[in-house]
Amino acid sequence: MATHESHKKKSVFMDWLTTVDHKKIGILYLLAGGFFFLIGGLEAILMRIQLMEPDSKIFTGELYNQLLTMHGTTMIFLAAMPIIFGFMNAIVPLQLGARDVAFPFVNAVGFWLFFFGGLLLNLSWFLGGAPEAGWTAYAPLSTVAEDTGVDFYVLGLQIAGAGTLAGGINFLVTIINMRAPGMTFMRMPLFTWASFVTSGLILFAFPALTVGFFLLMFERVFDANFFNPDMGGNVLIWEHIFWIFGHPEVYILILPAFGIISEIVSTFSNKRLFGYSAMVFATVLIGFLGFMVWVHHMFTVGLGPVANSIFAVATMAIAIPTGVKIFNWIFTMWGGQIRFSTAMLFSVGFIPTFVMGGVTGVMLSVPAADYQYHDSYFVVAHFHYVIVGGLILGLFAGLYYWYPRMFNRVLNETLGKWNFWLFFIGFHLTFFPQHWLGLMGMPRRVYTYMSGQDLDGSNFVSTIGAILMGAGTIVLLINIIISASSKYKTTKDPWDGRTLEWSMPLPTPEYNFAQTPLVRGLDALYVEKSVGNGEMTPAEPVGEIHMPNGSILPFILSLGMFIAGFGFIYSSWIVAGAGMGLVLITMFLRSVIDDHGYHIHKEEVEADIKGGRA
Amino acid sequence: MNAGERLTDANFPAHPEKATLEGKNKFLGFWLFLGGETVLFATLFGTYLGLRNMHLDGPSSEEIFQLPLVFIATMLLLTSSLTSVYAVLSLKQNKVRSLQGWFIVTFLLGAAFLGLEIYEFIHYVHEGHTFTSSAFGSAFYTLVGFHGAHVLFGVLWIATLLARNWNRGITLSNAPKYYLFALYWHFVDVVWVFIFTVVYLMGKVG
Repeated sequence: MATHESHKKKSVFMDWLTTVDHKKIGILYLLAGGFFFLIGGLEAILMRIQLMEPDSKIFTGELYNQLLTMHGTTMIFLAAMPIIFGFMNAIVPLQLGARDVAFPFVNAVGFWLFFFGGLLLNLSWFLGGAPEAGWTAYAPLSTVAEDTGVDFYVLGLQIAGAGTLAGGINFLVTIINMRAPGMTFMRMPLFTWASFVTSGLILFAFPALTVGFFLLMFERVFDANFFNPDMGGNVLIWEHIFWIFGHPEVYILILPAFGIISEIVSTFSNKRLFGYSAMVFATVLIGFLGFMVWVHHMFTVGLGPVANSIFAVATMAIAIPTGVKIFNWIFTMWGGQIRFSTAMLFSVGFIPTFVMGGVTGVMLSVPAADYQYHDSYFVVAHFHYVIVGGLILGLFAGLYYWYPRMFNRVLNETLGKWNFWLFFIGFHLTFFPQHWLGLMGMPRRVYTYMSGQDLDGSNFVSTIGAILMGAGTIVLLINIIISASSKYKTTKDPWDGRTLEWSMPLPTPEYNFAQTPLVRGLDALYVEKSVGNGEMTPAEPVGEIHMPNGSILPFILSLGMFIAGFGFIYSSWIVAGAGMGLVLITMFLRSVIDDHGYHIHKEEVEADIKGGRA
Repeated sequence: MNAGERLTDANFPAHPEKATLEGKNKFLGFWLFLGGETVLFATLFGTYLGLRNMHLDGPSSEEIFQLPLVFIATMLLLTSSLTSVYAVLSLKQNKVRSLQGWFIVTFLLGAAFLGLEIYEFIHYVHEGHTFTSSAFGSAFYTLVGFHGAHVLFGVLWIATLLARNWNRGITLSNAPKYYLFALYWHFVDVVWVFIFTVVYLMGKVG
């Protein structure tokens, strides 16, 4: 039974196509998410070019609507979430002291579903036009649109969403079942805690979106009548379903960033995180409250003062655990020996920026005031402050922090600082003026404005800022290229880390830990360093290590979904049937072919340890 | 011990479905998956409740639903849940032939349920209650159809599982698979209990 597939040499291409190794899947997520991040960023810059001058006619009407829809959709579903999943894959098993995730095969399925879903959605640009109903795809805007754009939106995101759900369940099980001896819940690093809560939110939020997409798809492809008032339907059903998913979604996005910031602030202040248990509690509480506030996206719908008030109070309540976090980060730095590496700069930049987004969030949570802000640029400014100023700064920080562990090299710090300052200044230039553009009445999603309304100057500044953000991102790309072409490899623990992901040599062995580590406290590696060990105490003798086999089936299954997606979009039942057939055949094969994985022998592990490779 | 090895009465663990880490992971992961499925069906129920009186010119739920037929379908499915419990009891006692027998009965009851559901849908379509006739029609067929698709997937699943493991006895590798199917089947059954109440009973009297 125990085969030695690892010793069969695969080509590099096939190796990545069939991998079930969480470290490689993490890199795949990061690369694909990074690619979509660049596309989404390009779409944003094109929009800002159109808005640079009043009465501009570069990208108008339908094309502008396509840009704004694809910008939002791409950034949320195809850039931010996959990059988060990239870090979760690369880091969470290491922080837990685990050799892999609970379901390596499902992990690969999750990645390839996201990849093919994103590909399908973006192919719409070349096949009759992108979706144009906004990332929220409100009915009836999305149901009456006659071209195929919204069909690509529904099917692309449905496929990608299935992958996300699989990933969420995988991480929940991994974190509950795969912790190393001594790694109790209250010793887990904050990033792992955030990943845990985020995965729980994914589990309970994404199925609602799945249903929403099915309803929209049935409405468009099979002439159903959920959202068609002429046939007894109700457009508000879409809004409710979308935001029952959509509000937890923003916490799905921001919690991992909170986790990353917590790791970095603690490491670069040389202090343990201030108020660890309060941080954990705040994370859980934010996740819990995140499900009770969706109506604040719908205050102007007219659900009445009672409903609006309840949801307003629930929304304001979220500011409390979030405030706890902000103060804990500040108190962590207080009295610490702070090192301002690029990762730390991004983290420190994150704190005030995110607070500003939070303050406008509390302003928006007041229903009476929201009637004024609704659908204006004030809202655009708010959610970019929390998503870009919060999540994206957090992801940049995480990239600089974990890059050595993921790619065996450090990024250049000088270029990193250019990256930070260009992006940070550009960000505030772009979005700060949008607050008063909104208060002055500029509506979101409209492709132009007239001159002579005092909107010109702020829009111009905003566009300059967007270009600076683009420049900052280009500096990051240059930094990555330089580091990839350099021969310099870093040491295993370049930041004097405190958690388990810095305890094994570089490159990380495929089995992560030659011997499962014994965790003896919070900041497990720091505990060992502080008693003079320098490395982890093993919890088990050297022995055989069980590993899963790679498989091409996740790729084929997702390809089947991709083909079926085209079938549904063009109402070609043969193609749809063939695609779904391929999916079912792959599931059947996975079910009937026994795959017990293989073992790495004790002698090989011992040789790795002796050679400094494990 | 190898996970694919037939278990004997001597080395049979108390919980064969959770005796390996893989089994434990599957057990927990599947419970979580069912949590997600609960949200999925809750959303469908919510949609149905919002639209169930929007039948326009077509027949209303009072006019069209036939409780005797639905009652028989309910009994078939509830009984199939019971037989899958017997199958799991056989699993825990290492009685593989008995397990196979009970799961075959489960399969047959599930298939019979599907047959009745198809008959029911065809009948409704002839009465003018179709997927596109009104918002009520769309919501009804989507909710009940999603459940029907789950039953269909379930019968295909247990058929594959039984065929693949017919001569292998009970192993640490297939015990979690049998157990998870039983969990899934109970879930599908519970959803039907809600459909019976919310769609059919409330449709008759609400």
